[in-house]
Amino acid sequence: MTLTRRLTALAMLSLIGLGACTGKQAPPELHLFIWANYIAPEVYQLFEQEFGVKVIEENFDSNETLRSKLQAGATGYDIIVPSDYTVEALIAQGLLAELDLSQIPNFQHISPRFRGLFYDPHNRYSIPYLWGTTGIGYNASKIETPPATWAELFDPARLERYSNRVSMLDDPRETIGAALKYLGYSVNSTDPHALEAAKNLLLAQKPYLARYDSETYDDFLLTGDLVIAHGWSGEFAKARLENPDIHYVIPREGGVIWADNLAIPKSSQRVDLAHKFIDFLLRPHINATIVNYLRYPSTNEAAQAYILPEILHDPALYPPEEIMEKLEWIRDIGDAIALYEAVWDEVKNR
Amino acid sequence: MDRLKRRVEQFIALALVLDTLLTYIFLYLPIGVLVLYSFSASRYALVWGGFSLDAYRRLLTDPEIAPALVNSILVASSATAIATVLGTALALALERGRVRWHRGIEILSYLPIVIPEIVMAVGLLLFFAQAVRPLLSIGGLSVSPLPTVIVGHVAFSISYVMVVVRARLRDLDKSLEEAAFDLGATSWQVLRRVTLPLLAPAILSGALLAFTLSLDDFYVTYFSTTGGSGFKTLPLYLYALQGRAAIPPQMNAVATLMLFTSLTLIALALLFHHRIRRA
Repeated sequence: MTLTRRLTALAMLSLIGLGACTGKQAPPELHLFIWANYIAPEVYQLFEQEFGVKVIEENFDSNETLRSKLQAGATGYDIIVPSDYTVEALIAQGLLAELDLSQIPNFQHISPRFRGLFYDPHNRYSIPYLWGTTGIGYNASKIETPPATWAELFDPARLERYSNRVSMLDDPRETIGAALKYLGYSVNSTDPHALEAAKNLLLAQKPYLARYDSETYDDFLLTGDLVIAHGWSGEFAKARLENPDIHYVIPREGGVIWADNLAIPKSSQRVDLAHKFIDFLLRPHINATIVNYLRYPSTNEAAQAYILPEILHDPALYPPEEIMEKLEWIRDIGDAIALYEAVWDEVKNR
Repeated sequence: MDRLKRRVEQFIALALVLDTLLTYIFLYLPIGVLVLYSFSASRYALVWGGFSLDAYRRLLTDPEIAPALVNSILVASSATAIATVLGTALALALERGRVRWHRGIEILSYLPIVIPEIVMAVGLLLFFAQAVRPLLSIGGLSVSPLPTVIVGHVAFSISYVMVVVRARLRDLDKSLEEAAFDLGATSWQVLRRVTLPLLAPAILSGALLAFTLSLDDFYVTYFSTTGGSGFKTLPLYLYALQGRAAIPPQMNAVATLMLFTSLTLIALALLFHHRIRRA
């Protein structure tokens, strides 16, 4: 009896709670949907003070999560931060609003190299924000010769030395892409023979791997559980602050280059404010604050004056021209993605 | 003969002590390491960087943690209350009532336990975004995250409550209820005076299970917000702490604080229980 009474009381209480939370306050809000920890925290405060608004952040952990949430009909976001090939897909699905570049004067600071990229040739929908590369990170004190080629991760004779202390990204496009690159193909190859060869290579590599890992490889490199890992440039740069023996290299066959972009979803109710925010992030010193915090290179040329020299002159983060030329973008390959998924399923499950 | 028997008994006693010890070490050593590492100065959760209270300082000065905690408790208690009532009712209907399509309802009610959580989560988002929102907008209303998240949690919690309560209901001696009927009780009286009191322990454990599941839940919460609210429960807050990679040390600090809170609560509950027993 008392139990029912108590439960009723609880139910009443929670109903009151529901009622209290339906009313909304009125200061203008800007809603971001972004990778976790992908902006220096003080940047929000500066923007809030200058424009008298409140910035509210929600996070995703992969482009696929971002896409599935938007496609299922989530609205209310004013700024999203998709990667290159995802911009292509979002444009195709009509989910992005057209940008008004006249409201973003700081677009002039974007390096010509990053303007009009393949996924948005006239920057009608997106502006590149940060970029990076995918390659090999390692602990120099636990390795005799620094790796210089993908063979370090794929040649069994070399893998033998790091048995169970190697990781590859838990990401079909990146990891199959790395295998394709080692074999001399494009990371976007849709040739079934190339993919078959990549599959066999990955299957031969698997017994030597500690795991497929996209989230914690930098942690385990620091703890010493891994000595060599496939991963993203900025993560190794951050890990190096903790341990100077951590290094990063783009293999001589070339690696992957990617860029995360600022875009406004079509469903945004605050398009003007969103433009102001994008322009704010492109201000050179604001942009540099973010780069100095995150250790990912910026697309902003004018920001370089404020970026820490140790970042700017780090060839692992800002690769020299001859390496830049060998980097390849991951592209949306449409229905051929099924081929990749089949290979990935077989590699992961066998 | 007697001596041998005593030897064997001694050996068994020793083995039991050892077993208990090992079990506790197995259970608590990892937690101990986690607590220790919450005092590390490193930017990484898995690296020892010397003693420091930095993780706690960063955690406790973060303006987002208090609302996240409040949201978690609000969601968990509301969802538990609703799911307990509905789940118990469902168990009673399936076990005691004469329900049409009994079999179909039974299968449907197990579904939330069986299907992968992410499928259910995306389904809920589709439902809220494509069905509920357009309906509400006719009345000039908008979807707010707290009710949608509670509905999402109720949706999966009902099944767990139902399973626990139903198991107990099946074991319950029907003659007790029949005796009450024979003595002239109405069905409402039987339910209130006989069935529910006998079911109370099962209802309570069902409720506790629902509460725990709700407090832990990530996917349903993540997808039940239709976007742009910034609504976070504790698991969503932890998710937001994480960068593209790397676990921040605040994770250890949060875990430690949660651990000590639950230990305190358990201790208080035991104390309370003893008092009542003695009185």
